[in-house]
Amino acid sequence: MKLTVNGTQHEVDVEPDMPLLWVLRDELGITGPKYGCGIAQCGACTVHMDGEPVKSCQIAAEDIDGEIVTIEGLGTPDALHAVQSAWIEHQVAQCGYCQSGQMMTAAAFVLETPAPTDSEIDDAMSGNLCRCGTYPRIRAAVKTAAKNLSEGA
Amino acid sequence: MGKLKTIARRTFLIGSAAIAGGVAFGVYKYKTPYANPLLDNLAEGEAALTPYVKIDASGITLITPRADSGQGAYSVQAILIAEELDVELDQINVDPGMPDKVYYNTALGADGAPFAPTDDSFAANSTRTVMDSLMKFLGMQVTGGSTTVPDSYEKLRLAGAVARETLKAAASQQTGIAVSELKTANGMVETPDGTKISYQDLAGIAATLDPVDGVALRDPSTWRIVGKPHQRLDTLAKSTGTQEYGIDFKRDGMVHAMVRTNPRRGGEMISYDDTETKAMRGVQNVLPITGGLAVIADNTWRAIQAANALEIEWGDAPYPAEMDAHWQALSDSFNDDQQDSRMRDDGDVTAALEGAEVVEAEYRAPYLAHAPLEPISAVVEVSKDRVDVWTGTQIPRFLQGNVADITGVDFDNVYIHALMMGGSFGHRLEARVVKEATEIAVQMPGVPVKLTYSREEDLSHNDTRQIAMARGRGTIKDGKVEAFDLSIAMPSVIASQMSRQGLSVPGPDTQIVAGAWEQPLAIPNYRVTGYRAPELAPISSWRSVGASTNGFFHDVFLDELIVAAGADQMEERLRLCWHEPSRKVLEKVAEMSNWGAPLAANKGRGVAFCMSFGVAVAEVIEVTNTDDGIKLDNVWAAAEVGKVVDPVMFENMVQGGINWALGHAIISEITYSDGMTEQENFDTFESLRMYQSPKIEVVGLENGDHVRGIGEPMVPPAAAALSNAIFAATGQRIREMPMNKFIDFV
Repeated sequence: MKLTVNGTQHEVDVEPDMPLLWVLRDELGITGPKYGCGIAQCGACTVHMDGEPVKSCQIAAEDIDGEIVTIEGLGTPDALHAVQSAWIEHQVAQCGYCQSGQMMTAAAFVLETPAPTDSEIDDAMSGNLCRCGTYPRIRAAVKTAAKNLSEGA
Repeated sequence: MGKLKTIARRTFLIGSAAIAGGVAFGVYKYKTPYANPLLDNLAEGEAALTPYVKIDASGITLITPRADSGQGAYSVQAILIAEELDVELDQINVDPGMPDKVYYNTALGADGAPFAPTDDSFAANSTRTVMDSLMKFLGMQVTGGSTTVPDSYEKLRLAGAVARETLKAAASQQTGIAVSELKTANGMVETPDGTKISYQDLAGIAATLDPVDGVALRDPSTWRIVGKPHQRLDTLAKSTGTQEYGIDFKRDGMVHAMVRTNPRRGGEMISYDDTETKAMRGVQNVLPITGGLAVIADNTWRAIQAANALEIEWGDAPYPAEMDAHWQALSDSFNDDQQDSRMRDDGDVTAALEGAEVVEAEYRAPYLAHAPLEPISAVVEVSKDRVDVWTGTQIPRFLQGNVADITGVDFDNVYIHALMMGGSFGHRLEARVVKEATEIAVQMPGVPVKLTYSREEDLSHNDTRQIAMARGRGTIKDGKVEAFDLSIAMPSVIASQMSRQGLSVPGPDTQIVAGAWEQPLAIPNYRVTGYRAPELAPISSWRSVGASTNGFFHDVFLDELIVAAGADQMEERLRLCWHEPSRKVLEKVAEMSNWGAPLAANKGRGVAFCMSFGVAVAEVIEVTNTDDGIKLDNVWAAAEVGKVVDPVMFENMVQGGINWALGHAIISEITYSDGMTEQENFDTFESLRMYQSPKIEVVGLENGDHVRGIGEPMVPPAAAALSNAIFAATGQRIREMPMNKFIDFV
């Protein structure tokens, strides 16, 4: 089957029910999306499919429909996305394992909500677990990212 | 080494030396019997003077042997070395190095001594010195117990200073200018005429010198780096998805493994059928391991699917199958035969309680999983004469021994390559995943084997936090707390944990009363007694260990007595507290929270104090009793750590630790039924989410004489402060966690 990830087309030979998460990690070596639970509870595997944040552990290979963007495609250390810049500015990460998923959820959210309130952020982000408890910093970083994006636009 | 020495001596290579090898600096060579491990891996022309600083053609590398599980250990160690070495954080690389005795933990032993952290008596300090020697003898390279900062605080600055002075001596030899005329900054030695010689260009000569002895540490008023905010060394990678964790690690030719062992922990495997598994795509083999089976496949997902398809009949658990029996075992432990310690016994508690109106209460705290978000994994490759292990671990030298025992390869030929951890909270103090990966790899020599746990395997085989119970009896007199008698029962965490390393630890387990007995309170009649419950389900060190339960028991009971006395919760705690730095943290949170200011009728404020790991922490929590349940609004926290090494890391750790404590306090538990955990994933083992996370303000105080770590001490008072706040808001006293069994939360 064919899929496009971060602008590059790939062809993989996998079972129809292999989750997109494992296609990315084990077949394509794209390890930014993380495995945390496998049952859509933690959000560490969040990627964009046609711009929508999805939990890649729940997308079977046969159901992949649209272009996939992972944290590696959102921005790079040399060309940061506004969300990544905000994550750096607020030094959000502790262990950092959940943060790829957090940033992918946040990146889609701030496009739709340029001036989010705390409760809007909480609603949007509560599907992403952080066991280190960095939530106060995530909240602040989401606000900064939204502000920088809307001012840049 | 000889060749470079000759060149260097002959030619005064200022600013232009091509370094053939490099130089490694460290410290304590003159104080320790242990050789510098960096010496072993240097090529001709390279040299190593100490175990913490290595300079070669690739640049300046700081060796940071304390493991990083997200707490920023690599960065904090680098900050301490860089301060005295006169390098900037963007000039250096960090490397955890290979495990070695020389990297033993100099703070762990002191914390194990049975003296309160506020006790600076001769006896206390002498015992700490003996404990330190024991840690050194054992070569205990362990990350834990919030010891990375206290362990490193002087040692790593000294390592930087010795390296710097040795580089200056090398520059002096090269230029003929006296050392006293030379300065250092930005990784360079500067001569009086402004000529700058990079450390790399001096490495060759420095390699030929003995490390400079007797270097004095700089006065803290001159510090450039320590105490200032920095961007953590891993922030960029962790903000761009480019950080490599253990679970991301790959080797050429690697196979993927997944195991199944008895979910009734320690029980046997009676029979199995692997027919379906062996027919599945990508499955290469099914191999035996201790207590179960391993499936070998060509990717992670296939290994997990195939392992789940195994049909296995499991035997009974060696501990009670149902929770009622676990609680009963604790309840039955409050007797003289099972008394483990009575380290606090002030005044005459028995007399004070006799005939008085006694306030009584019983408290409970459940088993809890560590559940770092990265499921644990290890890659093991067994070759003819050596074994290589790539994993995240807090106990690299224990792992060397475990792997040597399984493979028969010499201890020194077991190479533990430390990888970044996606959290730990104490989980990585255990060796199970590495032992199992090694048992598989032994059966597949020459093939790198990666064992990755599914979330379900990880959570159902977690060596959890201890289950614990406490009973308080106390009296009040004239509006004051008069007698306080707290009895705590739990199984020994240390005994359970060490048994899995084949070790038995004699004597009382101070963790049974940690976070309770050592509180700096002058209650006239004050007793804390520990009772050792029998070993039940496997338990291990969970962030703040004994204090994680005891901080809750001790301070909620104190709050109940203060309420009974009709005193103000803040004023009475301050009146009872004799330790000045501890009083300061209480005063600070009173100020931050505007304690005493009127609140709406549906709001409540609670304060709690706990000294653990030597750190005095006070926290105030404010909650609202809404129609949807209790809402956590604000937390104010103050901690006495002696010195805040980096204020950003400090704030992040304290905020995270408070969220950790509150989340588990309100919604999390591990329970056993039919001998198995009833929680296998985050749908049933619930965890704090963003909408539940309060605003958290943090202050670090520096009034004490001792520099301490902040990885754990903010945890113990948080649940107590919450219980006290809920009581203030609702009049309902919650004495058991998780609290959502008794009251709704938003």
